[in-house]
Amino acid sequence: MSSVPMIEQTAGKGAARYARRKLGMSGGTRRAGWGTYLILTIVLLISVYPLYYATQLASSDAATIAKNPIPPLLPQGNFFNNMNRVLNSDINFWKAFWNSVTVSTVTAVFLVIFSTLAGYAFAKLRFRGKGPLLLFVIATMAVPAQLGIVPLFIVMSKLGLTGNLAAVIIPNLVTAFGVFWMTQYLRQALPYELIEAARVDGCSMIQTFRHVAIPAAAPAAAMLALFTFVAQWTNFFWPFIVLDASNPTLPVALQLLQASYFKDYSLIMAGVVISTLPLILVFIVTGRRLVAGVMEGAVKG
Amino acid sequence: MKLSPYLYISPFFILFAIVGLYPLLYTAWVSLHDWHLIGGQGDFVGLKNFADVLQQPRFYNALKNTFSIFLLSSIPQIITAIFVAWMLDANLRAKTFWRMGVLLPYVVAPVAVSLIFSKLFADESGLINTLLTQIGLSPIGWHADSFAAHVAIATMVNFRWTGYNTLIFLAAMQAVPRELYEAAVVDGANRVHQFFHVTLPSLRPTMIFVVITSTIGGLQIFDEPRMYDTLGAGGADKQWQTLTMYLYELGWGPTRSFGRASAVAWLLFLIIIVIGVVNFLLTSRISNSEGKATKKGAQA
Repeated sequence: MSSVPMIEQTAGKGAARYARRKLGMSGGTRRAGWGTYLILTIVLLISVYPLYYATQLASSDAATIAKNPIPPLLPQGNFFNNMNRVLNSDINFWKAFWNSVTVSTVTAVFLVIFSTLAGYAFAKLRFRGKGPLLLFVIATMAVPAQLGIVPLFIVMSKLGLTGNLAAVIIPNLVTAFGVFWMTQYLRQALPYELIEAARVDGCSMIQTFRHVAIPAAAPAAAMLALFTFVAQWTNFFWPFIVLDASNPTLPVALQLLQASYFKDYSLIMAGVVISTLPLILVFIVTGRRLVAGVMEGAVKG
Repeated sequence: MKLSPYLYISPFFILFAIVGLYPLLYTAWVSLHDWHLIGGQGDFVGLKNFADVLQQPRFYNALKNTFSIFLLSSIPQIITAIFVAWMLDANLRAKTFWRMGVLLPYVVAPVAVSLIFSKLFADESGLINTLLTQIGLSPIGWHADSFAAHVAIATMVNFRWTGYNTLIFLAAMQAVPRELYEAAVVDGANRVHQFFHVTLPSLRPTMIFVVITSTIGGLQIFDEPRMYDTLGAGGADKQWQTLTMYLYELGWGPTRSFGRASAVAWLLFLIIIVIGVVNFLLTSRISNSEGKATKKGAQA
């Protein structure tokens, strides 16, 4: 079994993959037959078709959609026209787009920083009350987000933050999951010897964190940032409550679009495509990491 | 005593106390008061809000709908996810491609998913009803009929989460030692036997994990049923109004009662905990007995 990494070192990735397949190690013991590929192709079509359907309607017009419940196979030429109508409607889609970018980015960056700091302490430092505190963090992962929504709203209105993006960002800056995730990762990714070596070399605690912990945490931090970004981009319930029509995020703008233009599905679907496309592009670039993130999280969780 | 470890964890815990813990306890406080969106805190009323809510038929209607949608989404979803994971756990070409393919729906917002599927499931001129009539079946009242509406909403949840759970099960399957399969083959087990006696029993901890996370998420469902029609009230007869939609209606609808909305929030929390514990006991018992059986088989 140790020969495959060696093949990868000496003969390259392709050869290693070949060796793995030959040895029947990387996948199951089964060789994939045409039946497996057929089933997976059907699964793939189910994953993609609803999005394609949205594109079909977004590139059509209201009259055509009403006439043909089964849309023509190829997208029609009306997409950019519909897109313009959405962007120039009384719902501020451009603003919603930039709001979503802001909320998702700011939340992801700060959540990763706070989680890495706490995760490093929980994984590698000794201090009184560490066990109970970590247990407490894990226990709160089961608490539904809805539970705090009423007081959160009361607090935000007292602070005069309703309608403000800060009201969406602040409650999501920390999650129990983030801390749990970074703790689990740093436990195995950062050997104590490395921290001790840094200390022996005269690094302070802060320097050790900067020069040893952060580089070690980077892969998990990137994944956490990605998951947070997706979660915030798609988040609806709380922004829907605390924001108003003048300052929406994309999901809130979609709800407004549906409420005002419910008769014109070409317009609604153009909004769906506009709000989904950026994340699809992110997914095409980073999907590999997201897949690895889901799978690694499962093994640890 | 060293101070610095506490400096590392303090940003998290301070923020967490403010935006996580404090609202949690404050909800309990609000639920014991006459409290309104406009006007704020009123008299202390004890458990009156809970009693009021528990006497509303609307609460039980929302409870029933939530459970119906939850069961219709989680059970088929877990079965499908395990099956697709089993398909992916083979010697495939272009592994990453297939894995990304199943994960794709995860990046689509529930609001967008709901807008797409509510058109697919439209009672008249929807794609699905049109296809049904073309093959000679009668169209289904996806919005008019409550069970059909639950199926449609569960379909949206399944669309978004099946792939995610598939990858979780796939990871668990890949952690199964390959020697177990070899031993099973030597004992004459075919693929189906291998699946039921080697793969499935070893998925036990993952099953518990997936069931618990989908319980927490599933019972809080809001986005999909909220967007299933333009009015967002859960249908003409509230036939797809869920608990969270009911909470929203109590707090931000015509009654504007934060007290009652908080009571529903706490009831929802208690239900989730009870279901979580029941799930845990059930799942561990089922896979425990299976696991023991295989272990015995393997030893013999």
